[in-house]
Amino acid sequence: MLDSLVFYFFASIAVVSAMLMVTRRNAIHSAVFLITALLSTAGIFLQLRAEFLFIAQIILYVGGIMVLFIFVIMLVRLDVALPRILSPRRKWVAISVALIVFLEAIIIVLMSRKIPGQGLLVSNPYPSDKLPPNTEDLANSLFGLYLLPFEIASVLLLVAMIGSVVMAKKRTDAP
Amino acid sequence: MHSVVQGVLAFVQAWWVELLCAVVIVLVVPLLAGYIVLVERKVMADMQARLGPMRVGPHGLLQPIADALKLLIKEDLVPGDADKFIFWFAPVLSMTAALTSMGAVAFGPWFQVARDINIGLLFVVGISALGPFGIVLGGWASNNHYSIIGAIRSTAQLISYETTAGFALVSGFLLAGTLKVTDIVKAQLDDHAWYVFLAPVGFFTYLIASIAETNRAPFDLPEAGSELVAGYMTEYSGFRWSLYFLAEYANMIVVGSVGVTLFLGGWLRPFPNVPWMAWVDVLPVVLLAAVGVFCVRRAGKQPARVQVLFMWAVAAACLVVALIFALAAPVRLAPLSFMYAGLYGAFWFLLKVSVYLYLFMWLRFTLPRFRFDQLMRLGWHILIPLALVNVLAVGVMLALYLNCGWNRWLATALTTIATLLVGMLLIRWNDQHAAAASASIASDGAQEEDAYAG
Repeated sequence: MLDSLVFYFFASIAVVSAMLMVTRRNAIHSAVFLITALLSTAGIFLQLRAEFLFIAQIILYVGGIMVLFIFVIMLVRLDVALPRILSPRRKWVAISVALIVFLEAIIIVLMSRKIPGQGLLVSNPYPSDKLPPNTEDLANSLFGLYLLPFEIASVLLLVAMIGSVVMAKKRTDAP
Repeated sequence: MHSVVQGVLAFVQAWWVELLCAVVIVLVVPLLAGYIVLVERKVMADMQARLGPMRVGPHGLLQPIADALKLLIKEDLVPGDADKFIFWFAPVLSMTAALTSMGAVAFGPWFQVARDINIGLLFVVGISALGPFGIVLGGWASNNHYSIIGAIRSTAQLISYETTAGFALVSGFLLAGTLKVTDIVKAQLDDHAWYVFLAPVGFFTYLIASIAETNRAPFDLPEAGSELVAGYMTEYSGFRWSLYFLAEYANMIVVGSVGVTLFLGGWLRPFPNVPWMAWVDVLPVVLLAAVGVFCVRRAGKQPARVQVLFMWAVAAACLVVALIFALAAPVRLAPLSFMYAGLYGAFWFLLKVSVYLYLFMWLRFTLPRFRFDQLMRLGWHILIPLALVNVLAVGVMLALYLNCGWNRWLATALTTIATLLVGMLLIRWNDQHAAAASASIASDGAQEEDAYAG
């Protein structure tokens, strides 16, 4: 009972702030609502007893990526840049992508024939009053069972990082 | 309605210890922050050969309370062009993040709000990383050029130094093998060493990064008084300003607590495993009694009647707490021994945090402020590579000790020396790089001057 109450609390905040994020005109306001949405998603992770995901969400998305977003928003003059980016064609692309993702979600829900949030989890071997040691579990599966995919992903990320640095670097030899 | 009341009562009954700890933190931290400010002013005065605040109370002891009252009744100005909602929201966010992150800090073995969480110190670090949003949003909402420059500087600084702090913490976590706060301290007890001795480079990188993260001098560029008025808090006044101020000092306590827990043995007394060093346990009693006696002796020399009374009150408080400590010692073996452990643990923990904060003040009044390019170069060219190499070195040290059966101190010494050598190479390479860069800037400037001359 309490669990579902907590879930619906965070879920409603997430949905409402996601909607507000899209509809705000001011980019900083959008960023603030995106932060709220990410934080309430972190709250849902906590309600699912995934502490490590909760703190990873906060440190990476809120503490890292959103700080960068706001940094960029402050440096770029959006009232000049936005009209150039927003074109009717892009709007249609965005609408169709959103529709496709929404349909996918509906299909997944229908195929699993279950209400979201129930029965989708693997059965939890730990007692419900104590949090499972999911940092250790995550480490064991990442560095044991899924070591190769993990390493491939990290090499990919490294390549992307170096590539972006090279692309962003000023070309001193150019005329 | 009835069931709601019952639910609340059951909740309070189940969690009353944690609730009490949380209430104590929320009540005490602002007071503590005020007194840290007083200590800071006194230390500054001492280093500059002056007396500092002397008027309000004996030796200015009531100054923080007077300041807090003044800030509360000051006019609360909101600039006309400010974004009202975010302007209101930003200082609250800073303060909330600082206080929430204290929830997982263990002030002694029993005083901790979130006792059993698995992510422990990560929670403290992660939640306190939300505080800078208050600074950034506040600076933006003020609609003032100085404020926004302060906010942007703060963001850039945070991104640069958060990484270093993270890697420094990883080196400590590697040694402890856990993220749980209590288990980290227990691991240091079992390893017979504070981790500052096993990962000295890690501790010092964390120290520097933590000063930078709390925007303290010499890294106080976001509020740099002589160039940006007051940086992000230029437009703030009265109570909102004091919320930023409290958040800064609360954050200092948080980073100090993280450093003390991970590297300085948390609430353990010095030499926790050496039986004949047990006499250090007497230290809290002696210290408090000495302060009490000092206050009694100075009471007669105070100029005003109020000050004499206040001096007697401080003396009485010190002596009573000393008596409690002294009386708690015999119950070490009794069922109440947890009280003893909690009291002494809290004493040592707070003492270590105070030393950490004193170091902050000392650095603030000794070093001049960095230039922004120097700050960035220190962060990206020296500290981050050094912290990365240090993580590797601690890993090698653990492998040598655990898998190859080396002596632990030999392995530590070798890996530390290797890390320091890498650090020296980094500094040297960076110096050459900087010299080349400034030479090119100088030549650019010369060309421009020529152009003007032409």
